[in-house]
Amino acid sequence: MATVHIPTPMREATNGAARVEIEGATVREVVAGLEASYPGLGGRLVEDGQLRPGLSAFVDGANVGRRLRTRLQPESELFFVEALGGG
Amino acid sequence: MATEIQSGKVHVQTTINGESVDFLAEPRESLLEVLRDNLGLTGAKEGCNNGNCGACNVVMDGVLVNSCCVLSVEAAGASIETIEGVASPEGLHPLQQSFLENAALQCGVCTPGFIVAAKALLEENPDPTEYEVRWWLAGNLCRCTGYDKIVRAVLDAAERMRAEA
Amino acid sequence: MAVDTRVGQTIKHHDEEYKVIGTRPIRHDGLEKVTGEARYGSDINLPGQLHGKVLRSPHAHARIVSIDTSRAEALDGVRAVITSAAFPDPGDKLTGGGEAPGLPLKFKSANMLARGKVHYHGHAIAAVAAANPHVAAEALKLIDVEYEVLDPVLEVWDAMKSDAPVIIEDLYTARADGTTAEEPSNVAAEMLYEVGDVDAGFAEADLVVDREFTFGVVHQGYIETHNATAHWLKDGHLHVWCSSQGAFTIRQELADLLDHPITKIHVVPMEIGGGFGGKTTAYLEPLAALLSRQTGHPIKMAMDRADVLKATGPTPGGYVRVKLGVTNDGMITAGYANLAFDAGGYPGSVVGAGCRCVFAPYNMPNAKVEGFDVVVNKPKTHAYRAPGATHAEFASETVVDEICRTLDIDPVEFRLKNSAKEGDWQLAMPPYPRIGHIECMEAARDSAQWQTPLETAPGKKRGRGIASGFWFNIGFTSSVTAKLNSDGSVTLLEGSTDIGGTRTSIAMQFAETLGISVEDVDPIVADTDSVGQTDVTGGSRVTFATGLAAHNAANDMKDQIVEGLADLWDVAADSISHADGTFSANGKSATVGEAAGLLEEEGVFPIGKNTVTPTREGGAFAVHIADVEVDEETGKVEVLRYTAVQDAGVAIYPPYVEGQMQGGVVQGVGWALNEEYVYDDDGHLLNASLLDYRMPTALDVPNIETIIVEVPNPGHPYGVRGVGEVPIVPPPAAMANAIHDATGVRMSHLPMSPARVQAALAAEA
Ligand code: FES
Ligand code: FES
Repeated sequence: MATVHIPTPMREATNGAARVEIEGATVREVVAGLEASYPGLGGRLVEDGQLRPGLSAFVDGANVGRRLRTRLQPESELFFVEALGGG
Repeated sequence: MATEIQSGKVHVQTTINGESVDFLAEPRESLLEVLRDNLGLTGAKEGCNNGNCGACNVVMDGVLVNSCCVLSVEAAGASIETIEGVASPEGLHPLQQSFLENAALQCGVCTPGFIVAAKALLEENPDPTEYEVRWWLAGNLCRCTGYDKIVRAVLDAAERMRAEA
Repeated sequence: MAVDTRVGQTIKHHDEEYKVIGTRPIRHDGLEKVTGEARYGSDINLPGQLHGKVLRSPHAHARIVSIDTSRAEALDGVRAVITSAAFPDPGDKLTGGGEAPGLPLKFKSANMLARGKVHYHGHAIAAVAAANPHVAAEALKLIDVEYEVLDPVLEVWDAMKSDAPVIIEDLYTARADGTTAEEPSNVAAEMLYEVGDVDAGFAEADLVVDREFTFGVVHQGYIETHNATAHWLKDGHLHVWCSSQGAFTIRQELADLLDHPITKIHVVPMEIGGGFGGKTTAYLEPLAALLSRQTGHPIKMAMDRADVLKATGPTPGGYVRVKLGVTNDGMITAGYANLAFDAGGYPGSVVGAGCRCVFAPYNMPNAKVEGFDVVVNKPKTHAYRAPGATHAEFASETVVDEICRTLDIDPVEFRLKNSAKEGDWQLAMPPYPRIGHIECMEAARDSAQWQTPLETAPGKKRGRGIASGFWFNIGFTSSVTAKLNSDGSVTLLEGSTDIGGTRTSIAMQFAETLGISVEDVDPIVADTDSVGQTDVTGGSRVTFATGLAAHNAANDMKDQIVEGLADLWDVAADSISHADGTFSANGKSATVGEAAGLLEEEGVFPIGKNTVTPTREGGAFAVHIADVEVDEETGKVEVLRYTAVQDAGVAIYPPYVEGQMQGGVVQGVGWALNEEYVYDDDGHLLNASLLDYRMPTALDVPNIETIIVEVPNPGHPYGVRGVGEVPIVPPPAAMANAIHDATGVRMSHLPMSPARVQAALAAEA
C-alpha cells in the first residue's frame, strides 16, 4: 500500500484525510486507485492520462516529475507538488 | 510626411591597435557601431549605449572612453586601442593572465571593458590602492562577479607588472 | 603564486578526497573571454543580413484600434513589417517544455506581439526589417497605431480589488483545490499550503509578530542585452543564433509559437552575457524568424537597454505578510504567510516558489501559506535567481530578527534551535533529505566577521545583521556526449550554455570519473542538433545535472574502453580494473591515453553518452552577515563588511562557487538598497536606463568574504548541490536587520533606498 499525501486544498475529496493508503505498483495505478476511491480527486491531479500541467510527483523523496509509470515499493510515499523553475 | 534619412557617408582615417585603418561611416554611427559592425572588432560590447556600463571601453588618444558615446567621425586622425590589441604576439597582458588566474570573470561580457579600463588605470597609476581600483572601475558594471575577484585581479596584475618593471 | 587572500574558506563535512574536483584550474573558455575573441549573440553578422527593430506601446493599458504599416513599408530600405497577424493562431494550445510548461500559448504569443490589446508600457506591437538598424528605427516612427487608452492597474493590492479593471477579460482564477472561478478577475491563480494545525500553534505562542512587506519590481540586469539572429531557409529549416539560457527551450518555444516542426529548427547557443533567470524565454527569436521567412534574408535583432528594462521579464513586485508565533524560550509554534506577486501583463509569476520557501530554514510544526498570482499592467515577470525566495525570506527573516530582539535571544542561537534538518517536514513536500542549514549557521557563528565586534565610530550609526536563505535547486534534463580521441584527450559536447565557468565544472567531473586531467577534456557547448536534450542553464542545475550526465558519460566511456581492452588483451572484461586513470589486468596496463591509441588501431573509438533527469536536487542553504553604516542625514546605507556562508554540497570548482556567492550577494545588495522600477500613475516606466536603474558598482560594495560549507548531497555521486541562486536570498534581510541594529528602525519595503530609510528615521524620531 502506497501512502499518498493529499494537499490541503484537495482534502475535501478525501473527507479531510491528509494521507490515504492506495494499492498500486506504479504512480499511474495509484492515481487510478485514488480516482476510484475518492471520485473527483484524480481529476484534480490527472488530465488526459497525464499529470496535470505544472505538477510533479515525488516518490520516496525523489522528484520523478511527470513519469506516471514510475514503479513503487509497497511502503512508498507519494506527494504531488507544483513543479518549480529556476533563475 | 517623409522623414529624411541621412545616407551621406564620411570617409574616416584612423589608427586602431597600431594599424592604420580606413572606413566609411554614416555621421550618426557611433565608434562602437563601426568597430563592431564595420570593422569586425566585436570585443567591445554594447551594454547600454549611453555611457553607463563601460562594456564598450576603448582608449582614444590615451584617454579611456565609452565608444558608444563617441561618434565614429571623431575617430579621424586619432589613435585607438581596443581589447583586441591588449595581448601581444608574445602572449597575454598581465591583466588578462591575472583575470584568468583570479577567476575574475563569469559570463565574461564585461571583461573586455574591465581589462581596457584597468590597463588605462595601471598606466596612470601603477600602484593603486583597493579604493583607487574600485573608484576607477566604478564606470564599468559587472552583474556577475560582485567585483571582488576583479578588484583582486587588478591589484594582483599591478603587483606583477611592478615586479617586472 | 600568492593565493591566501584570494581564496575563501572551505569547511568540509565529509572525508572524500578528489584529484580534480575541488581544484582551481583556469577555465577552458577563459582565454577567448579575456581577449575579446569569444562570440556572444550579437557578435555574429551573416552575409545578406537585415536588421530588425520592434515598435513598443507608449501606453500601459490600451486597446489597439488599428495599426497602419503602409508608411513604414514605403520607406526606402524597409523590407518587411509584421504585426501579431504574422503569428499562427495559438488556439487553446498549452506551452511545451521549458521553464513554465502548461500555460496557455495564447499569452506567450500575445507577449511576442500584442493581439488587440497592450498590457504594459513597452509591449511589442510590430517589428520591422530594414537594411540597417537606423533605417529600421526610422521606420518604427512611421507605423501609425490608434489606441483606446484604458485605466492601468499597477499594484497587486489594487488589481485584487473586486472593482479593479480586469486586464484579461477571460481570465478565471485557478483555485488551489483545482477548481476554477466563475467570474473573471486579475487573480490568475491561488495557492494554499498547510502543515499541522496553525490555529492551535498560534494559541500555544507567547509572542506573535505579524508584519507586512511590499516590493518594487527589479530586473536581473545582465550586461548583455537580448539579441537574436535567424535565417529561415527556403526548405523550411530555421537556423537561430541566440543568447539564451537554454537553446532547447528556445527551440521548443519557436516550435510552439510558429507551429513549425521541431526537427526543422536548429538553435545555436552563442556565448551569453548573463541571464539570472531573465533569459529563459524567447522575445526576439520568433520575430527574427518571421521577418526572415518574409524577406528570405537572415535577420539580426538586438534590444537596446530601454527595451530590456521595459519589455523583458523582470522579477515581480508585490506583497508579503508574515506572522510567526514563538514561545518565550524561542521555539516556533506556528507560521502564517500570505504572498501576492505581480505576474505582469500575463499570468505566471514565481509566487508558488516564494510560498514554499518562506519558512524553509525552520522546522515548522504548524504553518499555512497562501499565494496569489496577480495580473497587472507591467511586463510579464520572470525568474530572477532563486525566484520568489528573496521576497519571501526577506519578510520571514526580518520577522525572525524582530522576535530575537523582543525576546532578547541571540539570532544565531534562535536559528540553530529552530533549524530545519534531515527528516523534518517541508511545506507540501516530502521531508528534507540531508541539508546543511545548521552547518552553515555554525560556520557563520564561527566566522571572522561574527567573532569580531562591530567597530563603533563616533557619530556614526552602525549595525550588524544576519539572515538565512533557502532555495530548492532544480534538476531537469541534461545530456553529454564525449568522444575519446586517439591521443587520449576527450571532446565533450554538452548542451548547457556556460554563463559562469560551467564548461570547466562539467569537464572536471568527467575527468575525475575517467581519471584524466581536466586539461585533457575539451568541453564544447553544442547546438540543438549535436547533443541530447538539455534544459535551461538555470535553477542552479548545470554543475549538478549536466555534471551528473558527464559523470555517467565517463562511466559509459570507461565501459567501452574496458570492452575494447578485454578484446585486445584477451581477458574477461570484469577482470580489468580501473584506478587513477589506468586500466589493468593480468600484468598488462594502459592509461586512458594508451588505451585510446591501442583501440584506435582496432578501429574502436569510444563515445560515452548520457541523458539524465536527476531526481534528488538537494536544496541549498546560505547564511549571510552584513555590517552597515547608515547616514542619518541622507538615509544612505553603506556596506562595511560582508560574509557569505553557503552549503555547496561539494564545491567542484571552488573559485567559481565563490564567484557565484559574491555575485549573488552584490545583486542582493542592489535589490536591498537601490534597485526598483519607478512608474508614474499612468503606468509609464520612468527609469528605463542604467543611469536611472542604478545597479551596484565596484565602489558601492566591499570585498565579499566567502565560506563554502560542504555537506554532500546524497542525490549526486560527487555530492553536488546547486550554488548559483541561493546567495541572492539572504542579503536584503541581512541588510534590513543590520539597518535595524544601527538605527532601531524596521524597514518593510524593498528597496530600502536612501529616501525610504530617511523617511523611516524621521517617522521614528
Ligand atoms: S555600451 Fe557604452 S557605456 Fe554602456
Ligand atoms: S562577468 Fe558577467 S557581467 Fe561581468
